[in-house]
Amino acid sequence: MDNPSYLLGALGVLATGNLITRALPFVLFSRRRPPGWVFFIERNFSPVIMTILVLYTLRTIDFSHAPYGAREIAAVAVTALLHLWRGNYLLSIFGGTAFYMIVLRFF
Amino acid sequence: MRLYQKEFQSAFQASVPVMLGYLVLGFSFGLLGVSMGLAWYWPVLMSLLIYAGALQFLALGMIEAKTGFGSLFIASLFVNSRQAFYGLSLLNRFRRMGSLKPYMIFALTDETYALLTTLRPEEGINRRYYAFYLTLLDHLYWVTGTLAGALFGAAVHFDSRGIDFALTALFVVLAIEQYKTYRTWIPFALGAFASVVAIALLPERQVLLGAIVIALAGMFTFRPLLEKGDRDG
Repeated sequence: MDNPSYLLGALGVLATGNLITRALPFVLFSRRRPPGWVFFIERNFSPVIMTILVLYTLRTIDFSHAPYGAREIAAVAVTALLHLWRGNYLLSIFGGTAFYMIVLRFF
Repeated sequence: MRLYQKEFQSAFQASVPVMLGYLVLGFSFGLLGVSMGLAWYWPVLMSLLIYAGALQFLALGMIEAKTGFGSLFIASLFVNSRQAFYGLSLLNRFRRMGSLKPYMIFALTDETYALLTTLRPEEGINRRYYAFYLTLLDHLYWVTGTLAGALFGAAVHFDSRGIDFALTALFVVLAIEQYKTYRTWIPFALGAFASVVAIALLPERQVLLGAIVIALAGMFTFRPLLEKGDRDG
């Protein structure tokens, strides 16, 4: 994992890509009004990408063998219920992760 | 030279809620990075130079899998693409930032954006420096938390299996927050459909990008439906 030239390159690429997302509107639209489709994406893309990222991080679950992803599904449920109950994102994230780490060791 | 102490104090008070969150999440990030075999300074450098929570957590997994630079770049553009839209609502406000503007744009995270757009500093405060200190403090909390977590992880060895679920939990929480705003299941169904198709059909390296492309195509196909939801909500 400790390959300095790969890590340095990855760091540079990630930092640049992220900076582009933050700077783009200032570069493109400092003088003219953005077109309508920009606002369409603005309003609707966030829930789409969040859903994709939840499933993307769970993509390695093996549903064909025991426990058939039950641990991950239960941990997602614990996280979601904690969040609907208290609405405190730190509590939800830590509660869900602690639950998963415990379950992983006993089941 | 004026140091704008009053502005600093006022910004510090406003930043306390973010301090708690950033120290704790930054700590987890540093810990996770070290537990994956990185030297302690790599997570710290990431927090200093990338400064984007969700992307950094996601990148750890991609780096571990030796993902190519092209895929990393695409991921960094799309994971935080929502940030591009924050800028749209700050175009006018940031005009006044002068030489501080480039840093303000670089450090525009979700939480800093929320503070900048909701808080109103008291009378007689220099708004330019107030906004700058607020942004700088948040950045400092994130890096400090990461450093503490990385050093802790390097010093104490423990069984960290499953700690990466924190990333999934983070996205679950953010998705729920999105639902509270949107009150429609259509974008979630679209994201879920695109993900399942991409995971089932595409090779590992192209899953994330593939899912995003499918979802965007779906969004424009169902644009009237989504925009109807906009108006009703």
